Amino acid sequence: MTVEAPVQTKPIVEVVGLKKLFPISRGLFRAPNEFVHAVDGIDFEIAPGESLGLVGESGCGKSTTGRMLVKLLDPSDGKIQLNDGDYERDIANVPRSGIKEFRSRVQMIFQDPYESMNPRRTVFDTISEPLAVQKVGTIPEREERVLELLGLVGLTPPQNFLFRYPHELSGGQRQRVAIARALVMNPRFVVADEPTSMLDVSIRISIMELMTELGDRLGVSYLYITHDLAVARYMCDRIAVMYLGKIVEIGPTEQILANPQHPYTRALLSAVPIPDPKVKRTPVEIKGGISKAINPPPECRFIQRCPFAAQVCWENPHPEMFQVGEQHHAACYRIGEI
Amino acid sequence: MTLSLEDLQARRVDRNQPLLEVDDLVMHYRIKAGEVSAVDNLSFTIHQGEAVGLVGESGCGKTSAALSLLRLLPANAEYLSGQVRLNGEDLLQLSEEAMRKRRWKEIAMVFQGAMNSWNPVYRVGDQIREVLDTHFRGQMDIEEQTAHIERLFAAVGLPREMVDRFPHEFSGGMRQRAVIAMALACSPGLIIADEPTTALDVIVQDQILRELKRIQTEMGMSILYISHDIAVIAEVTDSLGVMYAGKLVEYGPTAEVFARPRHPYAYLLLRSTPSITGPRRQLAPLAGEPPDLLNPPSGCRFHPRCPFATEQCSVEEPPLAEISGGHRVACWNYEDVPELEAELVR
Repeated sequence: MTVEAPVQTKPIVEVVGLKKLFPISRGLFRAPNEFVHAVDGIDFEIAPGESLGLVGESGCGKSTTGRMLVKLLDPSDGKIQLNDGDYERDIANVPRSGIKEFRSRVQMIFQDPYESMNPRRTVFDTISEPLAVQKVGTIPEREERVLELLGLVGLTPPQNFLFRYPHELSGGQRQRVAIARALVMNPRFVVADEPTSMLDVSIRISIMELMTELGDRLGVSYLYITHDLAVARYMCDRIAVMYLGKIVEIGPTEQILANPQHPYTRALLSAVPIPDPKVKRTPVEIKGGISKAINPPPECRFIQRCPFAAQVCWENPHPEMFQVGEQHHAACYRIGEI
Repeated sequence: MTLSLEDLQARRVDRNQPLLEVDDLVMHYRIKAGEVSAVDNLSFTIHQGEAVGLVGESGCGKTSAALSLLRLLPANAEYLSGQVRLNGEDLLQLSEEAMRKRRWKEIAMVFQGAMNSWNPVYRVGDQIREVLDTHFRGQMDIEEQTAHIERLFAAVGLPREMVDRFPHEFSGGMRQRAVIAMALACSPGLIIADEPTTALDVIVQDQILRELKRIQTEMGMSILYISHDIAVIAEVTDSLGVMYAGKLVEYGPTAEVFARPRHPYAYLLLRSTPSITGPRRQLAPLAGEPPDLLNPPSGCRFHPRCPFATEQCSVEEPPLAEISGGHRVACWNYEDVPELEAELVR
């Protein structure tokens, strides 16, 4: 599944210092003085054809990041550079008039196949809508394209699905329609936000395989957002672990799983149940529960829960990313000591 | 007053003694379009101190099975046959009043989605008090109740001051802990935990499961886990049953079923569960969709999706037959299902 991008090619997405602050309302006439730092200065790149997993617990900012990358939310600060052939620009600065063109290049697959589709529109309407919005082709041409995509996502024979409504489809079939809709404009980059978490195990595997296969075949790069590390292992070339708005560790998937460096990554991995009764896990003890990133203090975000927090952690701001291996970075002052 | 957690720890457990015996339970839902065969010929036994799991995908009847044990089914449900014996007494024959006295006290339930298990306008402590009022009327005064609730909170790792808080002041994990505290209130012999950690983050899930395991061991309780999450079931149960389309297709000691799953569905389910450890093996997708239980398939209910199906499978229903010590499988061709382990180390 790994697609090695040619070295000279630019990354398709470059994220630099990306931030999103949500103000906490104090009433109609008072300016907010507290902010949730949902995403607080993160950097990453995604190579052409690569799949980057964004993992973390609820509230860590992974979905907010995904939404900024498809311009459903505007960043508070930072840069999102999209390099798609001759289309090279910071999408944070795309004006309203440019959104249509942008949307033909970047698409999203949502978590809930029951909520993400208009119940009154047929499969054909749903999948062909991007074509209609972008004024691509005539209606018979669009129908042909939709049939082609239905075949591609494994809804066969395609003719039988063309004029069905969402309620006539199972969850797995709906998610296939959502994938077809995301791919209809031939985007180079797709953000997938927990696309399989609502699906049953047996159906989940076929959707995961479908996304991997289409990604390889069509040269799509994914940002794959998930809370499930086992799923990320199968879907992603690299993984970025988020905690309270910060990326605390990023690196090649198998390396992160085999050799996690950040204490939070270790805790997260040690808490994942193993589908084998012979394996006995030894959990890393971390203190307390996840908090909210409301006006967070300058120290390391994980300091309150970290079993290894030391003087250096309390006296310094949130650590930068340190290189700990090939393509492998972690944000912790105590790497190597723990 | 005799009730305290210290007493509970003294509960004597005979692991060979059956606590709950489900025998040939058949349950239908009547809907406009006909009858939905939700639970069919369900038989299994939970022993004292044992943790049993029921796994399966949505709509396989695992929650219906759990609710039918407690007689908490909606009005359109109908028991067609079978027995649910708790300590030898058939719960299905009891009057509603007698059944009510057994809920919480002998069997308690931890529901799916702790968010919705609490009434938002009452303090959590007072909602647990209500259970104590019902089952120990006149036996505990207010101070004793409060002391008992505080002990329960301590047992599930909640700070004492949370007793007087409202549900919205609890985080998701704390609410689930409080639900478990309530389930423990009358020290039941059996707790049914329906997806107890499904909405929780993995670190909190791990803490809650460990808490449950510890309480189960210390108090000598039995737990019936209902879950779609095979990894969770692998870790917390002694025995496990795999359900498909309302039927138990495989049942046995957890280690045995994981090492040698013999029903094709159980086999494929285990093969399609990704793991973060071990070799990164090929996952097996399962073709097709679960059947419509208004018209379940003839013969074996899994035969339309089964890669090992023969002609016999579409005609004759396989019995849940014992193949080795306590390991039962409902499949005509179970010997043809490959060894999972041999496949794994490819």
